[in-house]
Amino acid sequence: MATSSAQHRKLTLRLVIIVIGMFGFGFALVPLYDVFCDITGINGKTQNSAAVWQSGQIDNSRSITVEFITRTNSGMSWEFTAQTQRISVHPGEVNTVSFYVRNPARNNIIAQAIPSVSPGQAALYLNKTECFCFNQQALQAGQEAWMPMSFYVDPDLPEDITYFTLQYTLYDVTDRAADLTDNENPFLRQPVSGSR
Amino acid sequence: MTKATETLVPDHASAHQDHHHGAPKGIMRWLLTTNHKDIGTLYLWFAFIMFLVGGAMAMVIRAELFQPGLQIVDPNFFNQMTTVHGLIMVFGAVMPAFTGLANWLIPMMIGAPDMALPRMNNWSFWILPFAFAILLGSLFVEGGGPAFGWTFYAPLSTTYSSDSTALFVFSVHIMGISSIMGAINVIVTIFNMRAPGMSWMKMPLFVWTWLITAFLLIAVMPVLAGAVTMVLTDKFFGTSFFDAAGGGDPVMFQHIFWFFGHPEVYIMILPAFGIISQIVPTFARKPLFGYASMVYATASIALLSFIVWAHHMFTTGMPVFAEMFFMFATMLISVPTGVKVFNWVATMWRGAMTFEIPMLFALAFIVLFTIGGLSGLMLAITPVDFQYHDTYFVVAHFHYVLVTGAVFSIMAAVYYWLPKWTGKMFNITLAKWHFWCSLISVNVLFFPMHFVGLAGMPRRIPDYSLQFADYNQWISIGGFAFGLSQLIFLTLVIKACKKQGEPVSDRVWEGAQGLEWEIPSPAPYHTFETPPVVK
Repeated sequence: MATSSAQHRKLTLRLVIIVIGMFGFGFALVPLYDVFCDITGINGKTQNSAAVWQSGQIDNSRSITVEFITRTNSGMSWEFTAQTQRISVHPGEVNTVSFYVRNPARNNIIAQAIPSVSPGQAALYLNKTECFCFNQQALQAGQEAWMPMSFYVDPDLPEDITYFTLQYTLYDVTDRAADLTDNENPFLRQPVSGSR
Repeated sequence: MTKATETLVPDHASAHQDHHHGAPKGIMRWLLTTNHKDIGTLYLWFAFIMFLVGGAMAMVIRAELFQPGLQIVDPNFFNQMTTVHGLIMVFGAVMPAFTGLANWLIPMMIGAPDMALPRMNNWSFWILPFAFAILLGSLFVEGGGPAFGWTFYAPLSTTYSSDSTALFVFSVHIMGISSIMGAINVIVTIFNMRAPGMSWMKMPLFVWTWLITAFLLIAVMPVLAGAVTMVLTDKFFGTSFFDAAGGGDPVMFQHIFWFFGHPEVYIMILPAFGIISQIVPTFARKPLFGYASMVYATASIALLSFIVWAHHMFTTGMPVFAEMFFMFATMLISVPTGVKVFNWVATMWRGAMTFEIPMLFALAFIVLFTIGGLSGLMLAITPVDFQYHDTYFVVAHFHYVLVTGAVFSIMAAVYYWLPKWTGKMFNITLAKWHFWCSLISVNVLFFPMHFVGLAGMPRRIPDYSLQFADYNQWISIGGFAFGLSQLIFLTLVIKACKKQGEPVSDRVWEGAQGLEWEIPSPAPYHTFETPPVVK
């Protein structure tokens, strides 16, 4: 053979580097996926931080219907409903919708709401100035709360979108959340007297 | 190009082999072997045993589905059977069988004395039995084995799986390491150990397709390892790669999995293309039509395989432009695949054809694989995929390309090269029985699945609506017949390994071309210690 073991070693080393690189690439797909979805909005995720509203851009010629769906993940005991099922908004105007939660369980629970917009492209144009979904929410046993969400629709919303759905799923994150006292719920109402 | 094989084997080479030591004796021969032929044999036997084990699981599935309603196994065990059947057939049967063929044939085809990294070769085989012992063992632990489908979608494999998922993850890691080591070995061997004169465009197509497959393997097996690692940490260590509550996304699992999964599909079919491209010219007695276009088509299929993964995910709510992109990219693959099929047909055109057993399997491959390819084209069409998704139509599609495609090509390869390996012709009567029983039963088994799928029967469910009952009985009968037919194959291979049968010539088949037919039959334990000169 014309080839020496040094040649084998060199090529093997290069291939092993490719293998390690591809293993890293598998994990790099995670942030890449998030960045890609942030830019394109194609997975229906909304921004995780508050948007700042600029006045004077209200487009009264268009009406967009926004529908709200609330659900709780399996194993999550809270009651969770929206104040209204759908509202009609003009692009640019700020609206506030409240969501009702109650913890019927005998233990304290910390929740995280995850939004999802359908069709996904609309997520890029939904700007929330305030949302309970930006933080974890804690409720002690029997407590209830009305949690507000303020938003406006960007006037640049494509013409063909006249209707979109905003869904919140409530997850029980008590196990992985910080201490309950660190998560005092700002929207808390005192338990109704006479309830358990 | 088969004219590459006009060779000069030095006279002293054969004389030298006679007084060289032969194979050592006993079990240590197999445990410690670094001989590419021994390791090839180990891989092939391991794949055959796994084929029978995975097949037995398919028999359980078909027995349960013989009638509507639940009668034989409970749904959780049914799910374990579909899951482990898939994992074993993909990682335990088809891939090791191709690696076994690569070990046996690539050094003989390129005129090398052995694989480039023989000790690693030993390791890459011997960790495999442990991987599958762990996977099969997980079926017997409390809570049962993996029951989330071979695709292990999160959250089925994270939130809703049993604790044995850790065993599943560990075994997939070992399988992945084994495949990667095998692939590295193939690449180094082909790059560094070709005989003088064996230029790139003189390499037999089986070598070419395996080289490209090996690059696919080292590119995507690490991604699979990453995906199972994320499942492991999500399930046991509190990470949230795929958990929306912690900021992850379950749909991302499908993207990562299918980024591995689609190239994986071609890992299981490209070596098959190579095998068919060796067999058809032999029995048509003509050189392969369009050798260069075959090489380029194989490379194109491999490259395209990286940009089509989301066609498995049309129903996850992708935007229309993404669905259009993946639809057209997928359809584009049928162009190089069509080039291959037409080249095989053109090779046979006006050839002096004979129909020995390997050729029968190769012809069955060309026809039936094309049926599977065509149903794949139907599935690529986004709007109709919404109807076909997760139905038996999909099951029919991938069994046509994997059973009558990949598995038939492996059987064709075994019949084609077995006489070279053993020095004796196999029992032709048994082989004919095996071929015709398999051919008829496999179509009774998989063809009606198209119909029940189009009618809406979902896959991976142990029960079904009454209107599917008749077809499912036919499918099950076909399944049992196909399973039993493989026992004929087992008998034949055992007889061949006991060296029963008529001695064969060095060339074995009249029209066979290539370096592996220049050496004696049976192939000596050591070949090409002095490299041949390829003109």
